[in-house]
Amino acid sequence: MSSRDEILRRVRDALGGDRGTAPPVPRGYARRLTAAEAATRADVLALFTERVAENRATVRHVAADEVGTAVAAALWGREAKQIVVPADLPFGWLAELEGVRALADPPVLDAETLAASDAVVTGCAAAVALTGTVVLDGGRAQGRRALTLVPDYHLCVVHADQIAGTVPEVVARLDPARPLTWISGPSATRDVESVRAPGPHGPRHLEILVVED
Amino acid sequence: MRVALFVACYDDAWFPDTGKAVTMLLERLGHEVVHPPGQTCCGQFHWTTGYRREAADLARAFTRVFAGADAVVAPSASCAAAVRGGYPAIARTVRDPALASAAGALAVYELTEFLVDVLDVTDVGAYYPHRVAYHPTCQSARALGVAGRPERLLRAVRGLELVDLPAAGECCGFGGAFAMKNADVSVAMVADKIRHIRDTGADVVCAVDNSCLAHIGGALSRLRGGVRVAHLAEILAGTGPA
Amino acid sequence: MTAPGAGPPDALASAIAPGEAAAAASRATRFADAARPALADTRLRRTLGAAVAAERDRAAAAAAEPADWEELREAGRALRDAALLDLDTHLESLERAVTGAGGTVHWAADAAEARRIVVGLVRATGARDVLQAPSATVREAGLPGALARAGVTVRPAGLGDLIVGLGEEAPSHLSSPALHRDRAQVRELFLRGLPGAPADLSDDPADLAGAARAHLRDRFTGARVAVTGAAFLAADTGTAVLTESGGEGRMCLTLPGTLITVAGIDKVVPSWTDLEVLLQLLPRASSGDRMTPYVSAWTGVHPGDGPREFHLVLLDNGRTRALADEVGRAALRCIRCSACLNVCPVYERTGGGPYGPVLPGPVGAMLTPQLRGVESAANASLPFASTLCGACADVCPVKIDIPAILVHLRGTVVESRRARPVPTPELVLMRGLAWTMGDARRYRLAVRRGTRWARLLSRGGRIRRLPGLLGKWTDARDVPAPPARSFRDWQGRR
Repeated sequence: MSSRDEILRRVRDALGGDRGTAPPVPRGYARRLTAAEAATRADVLALFTERVAENRATVRHVAADEVGTAVAAALWGREAKQIVVPADLPFGWLAELEGVRALADPPVLDAETLAASDAVVTGCAAAVALTGTVVLDGGRAQGRRALTLVPDYHLCVVHADQIAGTVPEVVARLDPARPLTWISGPSATRDVESVRAPGPHGPRHLEILVVED
Repeated sequence: MRVALFVACYDDAWFPDTGKAVTMLLERLGHEVVHPPGQTCCGQFHWTTGYRREAADLARAFTRVFAGADAVVAPSASCAAAVRGGYPAIARTVRDPALASAAGALAVYELTEFLVDVLDVTDVGAYYPHRVAYHPTCQSARALGVAGRPERLLRAVRGLELVDLPAAGECCGFGGAFAMKNADVSVAMVADKIRHIRDTGADVVCAVDNSCLAHIGGALSRLRGGVRVAHLAEILAGTGPA
Repeated sequence: MTAPGAGPPDALASAIAPGEAAAAASRATRFADAARPALADTRLRRTLGAAVAAERDRAAAAAAEPADWEELREAGRALRDAALLDLDTHLESLERAVTGAGGTVHWAADAAEARRIVVGLVRATGARDVLQAPSATVREAGLPGALARAGVTVRPAGLGDLIVGLGEEAPSHLSSPALHRDRAQVRELFLRGLPGAPADLSDDPADLAGAARAHLRDRFTGARVAVTGAAFLAADTGTAVLTESGGEGRMCLTLPGTLITVAGIDKVVPSWTDLEVLLQLLPRASSGDRMTPYVSAWTGVHPGDGPREFHLVLLDNGRTRALADEVGRAALRCIRCSACLNVCPVYERTGGGPYGPVLPGPVGAMLTPQLRGVESAANASLPFASTLCGACADVCPVKIDIPAILVHLRGTVVESRRARPVPTPELVLMRGLAWTMGDARRYRLAVRRGTRWARLLSRGGRIRRLPGLLGKWTDARDVPAPPARSFRDWQGRR
């Protein structure tokens, strides 16, 4: 008997012939934000901003026509010389950039190139206000997962309409068949004395630009 | 009201003042107290140490002795919790539905539950001129959920100064057989409990379980800690110049 | 940058085997005996006490925030139960979905089979080293040691694993393996064993993490194989989910060409949608974060993104034995959040070592005897390593009644020893006690006799030494001299 069949047989034996049916899962938890958390769309944005900041990321609000300037200003501020971007990043986001070498992926950049880059700029697939989270699914303007992992600084552009209130809302929006990365603040560790410190991998700096259309 | 008193085996032999205090207190409040003969031990110690069959025998005996009582009052939260929460589990384990229904028919109360919920009193007319810390034992606070009842009773006692015990909710380290099986960890835990008690400047520490108090008091006595232990019932039974 | 395959000095890699040996040694020991050195380690006591207090406070604040926390816990409990109640169906569904998405599913009936599978997979790639993300299941299966014996260098990707590896010791905590080490000790370990650690390294946790980062990042780019665990496996979509703070998991599951994920069969949840509950419960209960900094979800392989090969190793290793126990099976709801460790007054004083190599803290006391059986004295001692105070049950995000399961397992231990030809002294004592208590006259006589003896042993109103098993009590605690008259004597004479 294969181990597969052996394990399944053990499971069936363990559960017995009369296992019954599982009672329905009580789902009385909140699917959407309560009125106390956010009554209006502006409240949702304010909550997202607050929670991102509490996750120790930087967050700024910009108008749609300011994205290029804001991206350029952020990268200049970090003295970035070389950055990586997904090849399908909206052209306008880098339009104001001068004196910074932007490498597109694909064609696939090797890990050394990623490690030698100062920053990565991406969009996202969705965001969660309550937890201050951005979710990337490898879709447009997001690139493959390694892009947002290796460089030390991640600049993520979030459109206001991408921000959902709660975890259940965003889980419903996402396609689990895609590679998903949920990012809630910069890389962190509490491995020494439970004191928070920048983590051993992943960007130690996360900056989020919220585009209000 | 006619109250059937259950006095835990260790209370009976070692701490008889607790049972006397409950008797006098309830009589002072105008109730009749009976001590059904034949009672010995609730079986909690056997059950929590893994001796199911022995625990089941003791549980059956307990339900026989107290069957038909209007209210069973125990000045021991862990025994009350054993009857209320433990007996159904024992009955399931030894497949004895009769035990489950007999246990379910018993109205068992820990003393402070009985005073506050059933008799609806918080001021029992006690006088106790001491600085007192209250230790919420795990079985009273978690298994039974007596919540703030003991403190409400204590606050109504004249002359008594109730002090806040730091980290009050942390276990004292008794845990029945744990105190012997894992004696070193148990002592490490009671050392911290004693430190917190000493920090309050109390001269008396009280609780609703003499088992935990024997542990805390035994360590205080060994160390000459300068704080003594008293069951809450003994404080509530205390009277004097009001 | 180091060339691919060039290992760190082998102190680091070989450190893993001694750590395992230390764990194996402690496994052979009863909890009470294994706890003694930890209790005497004043530095460990202070460090661990402060660290778990910090963890505990953060988790308590995080759980207090959502108004629907109790509803989330109730949903979590129910959906974990639902997963277990139809585990066979969910496992088959998971296998279909993972295979359909280009992954390969392997089944390991026990740890030895998991080791054979993983060593075989690594050998097939020709890789001489593998990255290892922090995972209790990977440790439970003994994979680091097996790979090291197979000549493969295992590189711990997480900071905590790196520290305990350098210290050649077993991890002490589920989510923070090195929580028992203070900053000065970590600095010393780094200066001694971490290649490239600067001589002027300070003991600031941020600097220590920085030194680890420089070392770890220097080595990840060439890795061809990674081994990880998983927090959850969604049966309907075949999606694996990993939560973490430091990025080591992301590194393992995106950079190497081959990803091997080892997960217990209990990690299955019925549907992807269930993550809407678990991703709220786990981070808050575990680290006190509203959301763990990184949550990764992958379904098979994603062409052009991450590994070209994905192997999912489903491990039984005693889980079906636990599942067969109708009371004990609730332990399999566990989502490995560590909340029970951080509130446990026993764990806080002993750390993880005395609980043996599977899982530390209350969850270990509850799961290890179920996974491994109670034949050995060490495993049989674990259900007793608790005062049953219930602090763990209060915080468990999936509402496992840990004290009730521990009591149940104590019964299992006692029953397993009843049939022995020579009864244990404890059994004789407990039987005798029950016999005495079984009759009011016998009881009364025993109380009279016992208290008379006790009064003879007392001096100045207290007893300082009792004989036999009770001597454990009087090692550190007095017993008051019992009064001459019991309560019932008083009652009878009124």
